[in-house]
Amino acid sequence: MKPSMPLELSPEDEAVLAGRDGPAAAMALRIVADTARMLGADRLIDIASAHIDGCLYHGDSGTLFAERLLADGGRVKVPTTLNVGALDLVHPGRERLGAEQAGMARRLMAAYAGLGCRESWTCAPYQAGHRPALGQDVAWGESNAVVFCNSVLGARTNRYGDFLDICAAITGRAPRAGLHLPENRRATLLVDAAGLPPALVAEDAFYPVLGAWLGAAVGDRIAAIDGLPRGLAEDRLKALGAAAASTGSVGLFHVVGVTPEAPDRATAFGGLAPAEIIALQPAMLEQARRRLSTGTLPPDGKIDAVAIGSPHLSEAEIDALVAGLAGRHVAIPFYACTGRHVLDRLGDGRRAALDAAGVTLIADTCIVVTPILSSASGLLVTNSGKFAHYTPSTTGWDVLYGSLTDCIESAVAGRLARDEAIWR
Amino acid sequence: MRARIILPGRAAGAVLRLEDPVSFWGGVDPYSGTLTDPRSPHCGTRVGGRVLMVPETRGSSSSSAVMLELLSAGLAPAAIVMGRLDAILGLGILVAREMGWHTIPLLVLPPADQAGYCDGEQVAIAEDGTIGRL
Repeated sequence: MKPSMPLELSPEDEAVLAGRDGPAAAMALRIVADTARMLGADRLIDIASAHIDGCLYHGDSGTLFAERLLADGGRVKVPTTLNVGALDLVHPGRERLGAEQAGMARRLMAAYAGLGCRESWTCAPYQAGHRPALGQDVAWGESNAVVFCNSVLGARTNRYGDFLDICAAITGRAPRAGLHLPENRRATLLVDAAGLPPALVAEDAFYPVLGAWLGAAVGDRIAAIDGLPRGLAEDRLKALGAAAASTGSVGLFHVVGVTPEAPDRATAFGGLAPAEIIALQPAMLEQARRRLSTGTLPPDGKIDAVAIGSPHLSEAEIDALVAGLAGRHVAIPFYACTGRHVLDRLGDGRRAALDAAGVTLIADTCIVVTPILSSASGLLVTNSGKFAHYTPSTTGWDVLYGSLTDCIESAVAGRLARDEAIWR
Repeated sequence: MRARIILPGRAAGAVLRLEDPVSFWGGVDPYSGTLTDPRSPHCGTRVGGRVLMVPETRGSSSSSAVMLELLSAGLAPAAIVMGRLDAILGLGILVAREMGWHTIPLLVLPPADQAGYCDGEQVAIAEDGTIGRL
């Protein structure tokens, strides 16, 4: 066990702690500094932006904390976006919260807006105009946003937990630790995907499964995946990262030839040799894929609902949904979760197509963070690794994982229509 | 055995030792303090008052919010012993302190050493991080 250096605060930090900027800033900096001590950081650094996960209601304590910051004069110092809340403010009544809980959830969301955060209400802020530059230090919460920010944008953030995110936004400071330090961003583990069938790697449904496998296999170690096609679509990287951050605590991964800090193998590993090499085999992925499904299909094949959009659907993913539906109507509830940044761009045509198909659009929130599903149990089909991972524990529903096509065809038929040929 | 102290304090209770990593958000119900992941053999067990030993914490950055809610509602474990430092749970405890609510000790002890304690056995945690059998 190495003795940690004492935290050295700047004169500016000391002034804020002494109350120069008011009691909210002082409390926020106390929390940032104490977290820095927990992490063994030697000093604090400036951050350029923040993304806040603390605006989701988990009980009254979070509301009381945010309202304390607001009452004590808190105000964000850097551009700050908000993650999902527990309410769909665009479509009132989507969530089945009691009046008291809905009231506290609304107060929580209002407090964060009052602190000066942008009301983006999305878990995909990186597709809502919040894209920090390569190498920039930021403080982001929400595990999928963190992993995207680090891996795909090459900006630098740790996995900021609820409360530290807003404290960093108010003070503009964060502990100098972890993934803010270039030497901690190197890959240590090589995942060689070159042996996988090209037809599998060409499927969207492969990426959440790869992510689910990655998170379970590596925990919080940094992997570089080699052997994936160049020019990999951003939505595939988003799905991979979200699943990896659910089954593991992955905050950063590299894809050789694709992500900005891994133009080639040597750069990804900082010139060092990998500590471990894993040659990916289809059987390893098959096990991860099986773990994404918890439900047993009844003999008649009937399922109860379909949900997509974790992380929130991009405009391109909405287009794929509209195209896949091809004018047909769903036979069971179909929830498509996205952000208002996408809704605003849909226009009349795509919105009308989704409405006509019977798709329930959810904005500002999603089905695993607030009660939306119509009963206490059921069988859900999803193409999201993150939904598949969290649905059983947060909703009581069982889940079956499939591709977007599987989701659409199952919803139209009202029973599972899953093409498993790609996995064989 | 003596654990590394992340946030100090004294506590006593029955050990609840999990074999698998846990995410507090999505893994612990903030309204009841019950473990909720049906993939875990401990699903349905309450963490309240237990000395919770986990090899690793994973997943959601909202786990700090669940920690704070458990502390404010009196449903928190008596102490948490992690195999590896994760500041997210510690953060929930720091915020509880700032709000003037109950706090608990947070310690790090490698999983191999955690295995020296049996699920259900009574232990006491001292100020210096020693985890002693009662």
